[in-house]
Amino acid sequence: MNPVVMQLTLRGLLGRRRALLMLLLPVLLLLLAGLIRWASEADVFATVALTDDFALGTLLPLMCLLIGTGVIGSEIDDGSIVYLLAKPLPRRTILLSKLVVAWGAAFVFAVLPLVAAIEIAGDDGGRLGLAYGVAATLAAVAYTSIFVALSVVTRNAVIIGLLYALLWETVLGGYVPGISNVSVRQWALAAAEAILGDRAYVWSVLSAVGLTAALGLLAATTVASVVLAVRRLETLRLTTGD
Amino acid sequence: MSTLVLDGVSRWYGNVVAANDVTMTVGPGITGLLGPNGAGKSTLIAMMGGFLAPSAGTVTLDGAVVWRHPDIYRSIGLVPEAEAMYDMVTGWQFVVANARLHGLDDPGAAARRALETVEMMDAKDRDIGTYSKGMKQRVKMATALVHDPAVLLLDEPFNGMDPRQRLHLMDLLRRLGQEGRTVLFSSHILEEVEEIAGTIEVLVAGRHAASGDFRRIRRLMTERPHQYTISSSDDRRLAAAIIAEGAADTVDLTAGTLAVQAPDVGRFVHALPRLARDSGVRLLEVSPADESLESVFAYLVAR
Repeated sequence: MNPVVMQLTLRGLLGRRRALLMLLLPVLLLLLAGLIRWASEADVFATVALTDDFALGTLLPLMCLLIGTGVIGSEIDDGSIVYLLAKPLPRRTILLSKLVVAWGAAFVFAVLPLVAAIEIAGDDGGRLGLAYGVAATLAAVAYTSIFVALSVVTRNAVIIGLLYALLWETVLGGYVPGISNVSVRQWALAAAEAILGDRAYVWSVLSAVGLTAALGLLAATTVASVVLAVRRLETLRLTTGD
Repeated sequence: MSTLVLDGVSRWYGNVVAANDVTMTVGPGITGLLGPNGAGKSTLIAMMGGFLAPSAGTVTLDGAVVWRHPDIYRSIGLVPEAEAMYDMVTGWQFVVANARLHGLDDPGAAARRALETVEMMDAKDRDIGTYSKGMKQRVKMATALVHDPAVLLLDEPFNGMDPRQRLHLMDLLRRLGQEGRTVLFSSHILEEVEEIAGTIEVLVAGRHAASGDFRRIRRLMTERPHQYTISSSDDRRLAAAIIAEGAADTVDLTAGTLAVQAPDVGRFVHALPRLARDSGVRLLEVSPADESLESVFAYLVAR
């Protein structure tokens, strides 16, 4: 990893207009959590509903999309990535540096607010916070890796990523049994289910996939995304088309 | 001293050929890559800079293949055409970051030297987003020069510059060329190229159309028949005078205006006002019919 690449990436991520969205979405979640606590008087079931459908199912992939495309997609789009690529650095180093920034940003801007929202909405001695925190961390690592890879592979990463996040992960992954087996959200939920133990059934924090398979699939998806991204960055075509 | 060698380089995108079997050697000194828009100049520079794989042929720098070989960037400095940089950092921070990315021992000193070379020390602490186009261009130069490269590739560096900035950059490139660096820049304006380039490579429609010093290229471009359309108070009488004088090969009156093809531009433009005056004809309009750069280049290719 290269500290200069990481610094420039972080400045780029926080310096653009999308940084506002990255703040706005977590704030929205926290407000919603406050509202739910007020309405349901810290009922754990209400917290689970908020977290499962909205925080983990919708907000997390969206945040990771913003961050994953933000750390590299914008630079590829406007061509400024050339200043990083025209250096005697392995492209692998450049990509991994950016990925680490993305992971860190996803943790700060998506995972921590999610845990905070759970604590605000109502938790049972921190159990839900821990379980969903771990699940969200795992999901965030996989999602950001997927979206970083997508940014290197296609210039339409935001559109495709949005379709994937909203259609595949949120709608289809939530309801269609076959698809939920190949959904990052379900894999991550398996970790939450395992941590909660018996309470998982009470609160119905249930995954469609077993724990071992889920962790294996998460790891495989992440590694495959990173390998793909490195390879495509090594042969990234940079020309204005003239 | 470094030399870039292109050997039978072609590049196609699907059915579109952007570069067609280009072979050239770019050595120390200034080389101008001249061609109309869309001729494939950027494609060629992208391949020279290792940002595009040739579909056929090879690009080598001092014997080492350029494609997928990031170590070449130790000796290549690149000034891209795209204006985008990191708008949220200052010029100073950005050039220092570039120096650190090159792994230089003293990034601060290198950045200072580069920014002094492009005369941007005064504005170095402002965000890049607040710079004018010319200032951005100079910071781009500074990032390309920060590691003291033997080869400098510039894609349309004069685009959007005002005359003063243009002169300044020309001076700088001249100095870099005199220091024995290999400097290659692209342009679609002949005057820019012949002003500073020792060698000119002409690219038209992806093909390497001509190569040589500016006198040779200039001659190729001026020693061709020129066409003019003229409207006057009496086209017929003027046509007769032009033919009698022998100032033109062809005189055509069919299109309602007078179309003339002159083999020798200099002689024709001097003769025309005199002929008009002597025969009592008023010239209303004289316009070159084919002076667009594209037609000049098309003529070169057709040869």
